[in-house]
Amino acid sequence: MQFFKICIRSWVKFGLFFSQQIHDCCMFGGEDRRVGSRTIYVGHRPCPANEVFIPPKFCDNRIVSSKYTVWNFLPKNLFEQFRRIANFYFLIIFLVQVIVDTPTSPVTSGLPLFFVITVTAIKQGYEDWLRHKADNEVNKYRVTVLEDGRRIQKESEKIKVGDVLEVEEDETFPCDLILLQSSRDDGTCFVTTASLDGESNHKTHYTVPDTERDVESLNATIECEQPQPDLYKFVGRMHIYKNNEEPSLRSLGPENLLLKGATLKNTQSICGVAVYTGMETKMALNYQGKSQKRSVVEKSINAFLLVYLCILVSKALVCTTLKYVWQSKPGQDEPWYNEKTLKEKETNLYLNMFTDFLSFMVLFNFIIPVSMYVTVEMQKFLGSFFISWDKDFFDSEIEEGALVNTSDLNEELGQVEYVFTDKTGTLTQNNMEFIECCIDGHQYKYRDASSEVDGFCVTDGPMNTEREELFLRALCLCHTVQVKESTEQVVPPLQEQRGFIASSPDEIALVQGAMRYGFTFLGLESKTMKILNRTNDVEMYELLHVLNFDPVRRRMSVIVRSISGETLLFCKGADSSIFPRVKQEEVEKIRMHVERNATDGYRTLCVAYKHLTAEEYDQVDSGLREARLALQDREEKLMAVYNQVETGMNLIGATAVEDRLQEEAAETMEALQGAGIKVWVLTGDKMETAKSTCYACRLFKRNTELLELTVRTLESPGKRREDRLHDLLLEYHKKTVGTLDYKSLNWSSQDYGFIVDGATLSMVLNSSSENNLHDYKDLFLQICQNCTSVLCCRMAPLQKAQIVKMVKNSKGSPITLSIGDGANDVSMILEAHVGIGIKGKEGRQAVRNSDYAIPKLKHLKKLLLGHGHLYYVRIAHLVQYFFYKNLCFILPQFLYQFFCGCSQQPLYDAAYLTMYNICFTSMPILAYSLFEQHISIEMLLENATLYRQIGKNAMLRWGPFLYWTLLGVFHGLVFFFGVWFLFSNPALQDNGQAFGNWSYGTIVFTILVFTVTLKLALDTRHWTWINHFVIWGSLAFYVFFSFFWGGVIWPFLRQQRLYFVFANMLSSVSAWLVIIVLILLSLLPEILYVVLRKPRGPYARQVVL
Amino acid sequence: MVKQESESANRPDNTAFTQQRLPAWQPILSAGIVIPGFVLIGLAFIGIGVALLVTSRSIQVLELDYTGDSNGSPCSSCSQSDIANCKCSLNFTLTTLFQGPVFFYYGLSNYFQNYRRYGASKDDNQLYGDLSSFTSPSSSCSPYNYDSSKKPIVPCGSIANSMFNDTFTLTRTVSGTTNNVTLDGKGIAWWTDYNIKYRNPSVTPLKNAFNGTVKPINWAKPAYELDASDRSNNGFVNQDFLVWMRRAALPNFRKLYRRIDASGDYQKGLPAGNYTIDITYNYPVRAFNGAKKIVFSNVSWMGGSNEFLGIAYLVIGSLCVVMSVVMLIVYAKFKFPDEE
Repeated sequence: MQFFKICIRSWVKFGLFFSQQIHDCCMFGGEDRRVGSRTIYVGHRPCPANEVFIPPKFCDNRIVSSKYTVWNFLPKNLFEQFRRIANFYFLIIFLVQVIVDTPTSPVTSGLPLFFVITVTAIKQGYEDWLRHKADNEVNKYRVTVLEDGRRIQKESEKIKVGDVLEVEEDETFPCDLILLQSSRDDGTCFVTTASLDGESNHKTHYTVPDTERDVESLNATIECEQPQPDLYKFVGRMHIYKNNEEPSLRSLGPENLLLKGATLKNTQSICGVAVYTGMETKMALNYQGKSQKRSVVEKSINAFLLVYLCILVSKALVCTTLKYVWQSKPGQDEPWYNEKTLKEKETNLYLNMFTDFLSFMVLFNFIIPVSMYVTVEMQKFLGSFFISWDKDFFDSEIEEGALVNTSDLNEELGQVEYVFTDKTGTLTQNNMEFIECCIDGHQYKYRDASSEVDGFCVTDGPMNTEREELFLRALCLCHTVQVKESTEQVVPPLQEQRGFIASSPDEIALVQGAMRYGFTFLGLESKTMKILNRTNDVEMYELLHVLNFDPVRRRMSVIVRSISGETLLFCKGADSSIFPRVKQEEVEKIRMHVERNATDGYRTLCVAYKHLTAEEYDQVDSGLREARLALQDREEKLMAVYNQVETGMNLIGATAVEDRLQEEAAETMEALQGAGIKVWVLTGDKMETAKSTCYACRLFKRNTELLELTVRTLESPGKRREDRLHDLLLEYHKKTVGTLDYKSLNWSSQDYGFIVDGATLSMVLNSSSENNLHDYKDLFLQICQNCTSVLCCRMAPLQKAQIVKMVKNSKGSPITLSIGDGANDVSMILEAHVGIGIKGKEGRQAVRNSDYAIPKLKHLKKLLLGHGHLYYVRIAHLVQYFFYKNLCFILPQFLYQFFCGCSQQPLYDAAYLTMYNICFTSMPILAYSLFEQHISIEMLLENATLYRQIGKNAMLRWGPFLYWTLLGVFHGLVFFFGVWFLFSNPALQDNGQAFGNWSYGTIVFTILVFTVTLKLALDTRHWTWINHFVIWGSLAFYVFFSFFWGGVIWPFLRQQRLYFVFANMLSSVSAWLVIIVLILLSLLPEILYVVLRKPRGPYARQVVL
Repeated sequence: MVKQESESANRPDNTAFTQQRLPAWQPILSAGIVIPGFVLIGLAFIGIGVALLVTSRSIQVLELDYTGDSNGSPCSSCSQSDIANCKCSLNFTLTTLFQGPVFFYYGLSNYFQNYRRYGASKDDNQLYGDLSSFTSPSSSCSPYNYDSSKKPIVPCGSIANSMFNDTFTLTRTVSGTTNNVTLDGKGIAWWTDYNIKYRNPSVTPLKNAFNGTVKPINWAKPAYELDASDRSNNGFVNQDFLVWMRRAALPNFRKLYRRIDASGDYQKGLPAGNYTIDITYNYPVRAFNGAKKIVFSNVSWMGGSNEFLGIAYLVIGSLCVVMSVVMLIVYAKFKFPDEE
């Protein structure tokens, strides 16, 4: 027997080791089911059943969120940075310059690259340092460990699995603990998980029975599953060994597990044993990064980059070819005044050609600006502050403003075409109010005037007080609400001020509703629920079991035992999940009420009860206990028991709870629709409720023709559902898509609204595989796209994501935005291009997974129409301008090759080549891209239609790109040939002296810097002092720098090329005149365009009607 | 562990900057501003253009090609032979006074002074008078850094080696007698080049600095003997050398050779009469299809003659005026909504 046990242990350990490997492999795999279990020796005491005590190995409690150490920072960071394609490209260019004899020194590209790499490294190093600091703060925190009956202070990182820890009130748990002992009498403790999921209510956790008294001498092992990230799941069991007794077994569930990161509340201290530590805690497992989202602008940049790369390569090819053509002419290759070195003569011709090609690449490489990446990143990073700074996003109720989780998607906010919104908590406030109830088909409505029950009957019948009270008792008992413990002295609290805490606001509304009818829930004390009834007597019920709510069952139940010994099951849940489980004759009376309430936009719940005989209860009790002890598939087993119990119930009545619309929900929706954004509501709620919310939000209007594709419309006598679906889809398709052609002729618009439910949707989505003839998915999508609004109800979270994915991948790949507040919206928030979380009442999971979080739905309007529009315009202009300014920078250098024998002679001095993008022209565009408001925010918010103007990436399509490119080419030609004509006689000074090649380059460069800066000045519609400072400042800096650079003999330079070139240039009147005339000529088309284009700004209202 | 902070500090700052409400100037280029502006600019440009054109036209230029490709031309014999210091002369007649000050340029065409390798082939430290660079010239001068016997070349490099070495004397024949016209070679190079950028080593006599070095292969005389008549015009600060070292921007260029010394008869310029230029023809250009010429020109405030600027100003000025007229018509026809 003993031997057998040892065998099992070692086998378990082997399994453990093996699963550990798997776990390590799956760290980034997401939600893999982690197999196997771990065994923990409480307090590291060997258990009597096992003589060979091998302490198992687990990871320590050190939290490592940092990426680098002092030693590996440099190589690791450099490696990561050069994995970026742009950095790698510049590295290659730099290496070519170092290796090959190239026209420009390696400094010209090395310096900017070094700058970029250094800045990024410093930023990442700083961030990592912060992480180290945060890690240290956590890791070095002193915790109390109980070891051999003594209390020892330890650093948090030294906690090992199996240590018994003591945690005091308001401390957070340093690792995942199993609660062994609590200072409270009833073996419970309260915990808030605000920092984990944002739910600020107090959750009750329970000690493991029989461990409370003797933690010091407890001899036990815990077997539990391997760590997994789900915060709400935990399965384990505990073997308790007492002196010479057969070990007793206790099941462990999430109610016994205290999570790292949660805070102990309302409890003086607890003792617990560490089960998961360090990176294996549920909190750490939940910190795995989300996938990177990329914006359309970034895709456009990459496309443009490719074009410019082609331009670059073709320029280099053209020049290389021309060089060899030119050299093949007699006398040109090696004139007597310019003989080649021996080395050059001996090198292979093709190798020479190749190095020439590389040299040209280096010469023209500035056309692809390294600084653009830096500027774009800076613009995004700095620009995103304006969202979190915006006081319009501040909500005084939750005392928080907007939150920006990623700054990569700012401009995407200006491109949204589809908004997918959750209903509850997003469109509605999730602030429930009990409106009315229906008992046995009689409607009860609360009236303010009298607090008495007013039963005006739909069917004339006697008031059935017994049923009424049963109903209200059910409301009082069937919930998981806690009474908030007032910090003041316990005065019998006034009814109205009594505070309740629950994870679902519906439950509070119901308990409060029952309170108004005279039944007050007083609280739960050591498994006894107390109710103050109408006659002010306290009724006591023993709480036997809670059959928790879950979204699949859509109901919850409690089993209680009254004083009189009756065992009762109360159940409440959605009508669809209750009606099949009650006696059918009771259903009809109440169904009518439920449907009417749902049409009014109320949330309805049905309440049922059931008497349990002693035998029945014993059966249920043992079934539940058994299921709870199961290590594998506990959920499924529990579910089976639940489903078995919750049958054959008696329906008592139904409740109606109103969920008010969010402030300005309708205005926001209207504005979004005005902006050409299609709004889809995806909800798990009933169709009727959702529909009424849509009407209230003006998503559906009175004249909107509703197309329904739901289970109800599919039910048609004598037809298979699939056929009916087929017919309906074709009919709707004809209606919506067919009228579109007609619409274009005659603009008599018929708005269509489309309603689909979850069950039908899965039919549509799954049908295409079987039925090739009719691709329902396509039809469905076309119908949806031609409707103004779409309502998808009865959706499972995954279906929400499916819908988003379907639209996202449809033709034209529109930009989608998901907005939601609850955990059920996380999947669609992650799936959409932009995910927005509402800082609502359903916890913080949506916020944590979102890209942006806002306190209220109404803020979406400004976020999209205001910020999004501006960000898009700013970054689009930034990108186009960057390509433009580098094109007209490099084009003269390219043209110069035709006049210098294609010898790779740079036109500009190395300092100018290097500084152009870093200093002379970078700041004005950065300031522009941060502060530009081509239309004021108020105007953007007032005229939602302005949003359509930038839709479909309007400013970064090939048209505008071509315009900017042509502008760049035009400017480049003007700069080069203007000066070329001037230099037909290089004697430009009034003392007859002539200018040389560096003067030529400097004149071109001066015109260039002034033109591109003034071009930006022309584009700037919003001149703050910063814009003035930066634009005129850069020009002044250029002049100052040129004087300075040319005014000193620099000892580190091999050639003093620019010595006094700039000053000499300014002494020539002709140079001044040519600079002025060429700048004006370059800007002339631009000025004309600005004057003649549609006036914007304060006058936009007259144009946009 | 970390106790929750009070969150009232979360309220964003209500400043103009954070709320994107900085006071801003929002210029509107409305027709009302632009049309008069264009007219003004246009008129100003036309004015400047006319002035430029008139000035440019008033500048007298005389160009004389002496390459000698065609057999009839005076220097054809010299161009075909390799004889050093081959002499030939050009005659020309001025019918009117050539207004002074008159500048004497030499011009080369199809000559790529802007060739990259050519341009890099010099050692600025040497030219700054750094003696250590005399003994070991920079490798950028290759193949003109050491001669065949491995002696360092000073000044090294292609540019210096290929220095223009034709010389000219100008004579005027007045009633049978030939007078030399004095040519002034001072101040033809940039002041900063002469005084700062280029320096002779501070060794006296200068010749000693060049011990152990050889003159550039194509040079007839070493650097310290470039100008026998003026000791301060030798070494690296020789004006002709400086002019040559400032590389031309384009393959067809002219460089300042001398100024006509404004004294005596030539105070007002070159008087009408018959002139002869005696050329010492050394510089071969026919190998690369080049051409050489002599240019006499006077200058104005805008430098040498250049019609481009005047025409550009005229064209753009008139363009502005025309555009303002067009805009006026457009404006009159479709009254802009921003003109209330």
